[in-house]
Amino acid sequence: MSASVKVLIASPLRSYTGADEVQACGDSLAALLADLDSRYPGIRFRMVDEQEEIRKHMRIFINGDPVKDLSHRIRPDDEVCIVQALSGGSARI
Amino acid sequence: MAKARKKTKASGTKKPSRRPKTDGNLLLVATRKGAWLYRGNAARNTWRADGPHFLGQIINHLVLDPRDGKTLLAAASTGHLGPTIFRSTDLGKSWQESPRPPAFKKQEGGRSVKHTFWLTPAHANEPGVWYAGTSPQGLFRSEDGGVTWNEFSGLNDDPQYRAWMGTEQDGTPDGPKLHSIIIDPRDPQHLYFAMSGGGVHETRDGGAHWKPLIDGMEVVGGFDPKTVTFHDPHCVRLCPSNPDRLYQQNHCGIYRLDRPATRWARIGKSMPAKIGDVGFPMVVHPRNDETAWVLPMDGQTVWPRTAINGEPAIYGTSNGGKAWKRLDQGLPKAQAWWTVKRQAFAADRGSPVGLYFGTTSGELWASRSEGKSWACIARHLPEIYAVETADIG
Repeated sequence: MSASVKVLIASPLRSYTGADEVQACGDSLAALLADLDSRYPGIRFRMVDEQEEIRKHMRIFINGDPVKDLSHRIRPDDEVCIVQALSGGSARI
Repeated sequence: MAKARKKTKASGTKKPSRRPKTDGNLLLVATRKGAWLYRGNAARNTWRADGPHFLGQIINHLVLDPRDGKTLLAAASTGHLGPTIFRSTDLGKSWQESPRPPAFKKQEGGRSVKHTFWLTPAHANEPGVWYAGTSPQGLFRSEDGGVTWNEFSGLNDDPQYRAWMGTEQDGTPDGPKLHSIIIDPRDPQHLYFAMSGGGVHETRDGGAHWKPLIDGMEVVGGFDPKTVTFHDPHCVRLCPSNPDRLYQQNHCGIYRLDRPATRWARIGKSMPAKIGDVGFPMVVHPRNDETAWVLPMDGQTVWPRTAINGEPAIYGTSNGGKAWKRLDQGLPKAQAWWTVKRQAFAADRGSPVGLYFGTTSGELWASRSEGKSWACIARHLPEIYAVETADIG
């Protein structure tokens, strides 16, 4: 059983999670995104297309480093941040 | 997923003394920044705005299922997020997201859907069945009311069709599209669709076999009209009163086809020479196959895609395209540089027929006189991508 890690959610995806920070499990980025989708149905396809590519204007950072490979290993203390490219900002805007 | 939904009186309408009675007239308006429903009274002269739904999301099409009168499907995406389909079974009071929206199969060199562009409810005898056209060009089908979607008929991977679809570079700036999915009301196995680019196509066996229907259609000068991929039909409509008659607004003219013939006739040649026959949308009369309407645009030089000379006008024919009449009473007389996209012009089933169009500048216009006069019923909306009518009375 992989550990639960913190996942920061981009504002356009908060309609799925209802929160800007959630927990998800998975020993790889692919597994973590699958877990997120099981908790929040539909969220994965809006980030990752049917050819298993992260969408053009979505970015995923793990501990501050950009990651594009869905097989990237997730460790128990990792922090995952999902953002949209060159936009976003305060939820108050 | 349903977000804040507000009900306000449509701008540009006379203030009613009390909340107007709605008598089943519904306009479904899809925009670059969300969707709106406009509910009209029996006289169709007062409209109440219900929206925005999905504020900020790109809504390419919003369609009501005429078979049950309550199921709405919305084709959505955003600038960043992938595409999806939202579904409502209570006329937009609440929305649920499709757990499996249209998507190509995963394979080496496979494509990904950028957005669902077109939604069509299937035959009246196939409740719950819908078709969807995507960008890049793909044809999908749902058999559970739009909840889940599958690729339809093998077309998306057919080598010949893939060649005719071309690459994304061959398509419009917003991506090549499959659109104008039409079901013959006499036969659920008889379908048409069109591609920009890639021509008009037909099946008579429920998608087992398809064939192009491009004879008589013209292409940009210097190219071979026999090459399917060069054809750019913008909007194809079937006449409800005569399912053997099709009208088409093409990149290269206005056409009519009377089946079983297979050769389109360029009826746009009878348009005034100074106007020409370039445009995006086309609308047909619900009960008279001789009557249709277009909204010409400027297709010169770099294709401004604006009203010609900044003077927008509808052109209508009442004799199958032999002659056209300018219909611009109430529309701006000058300095109006908007246009109307291929899905943003629609007719209701009233008598006289009501016509409605939404502009790239966010104005919603209506005519209760089959185009003779026009009134703006909403303005300041985002860029309007699609307008559909529905009767929920």
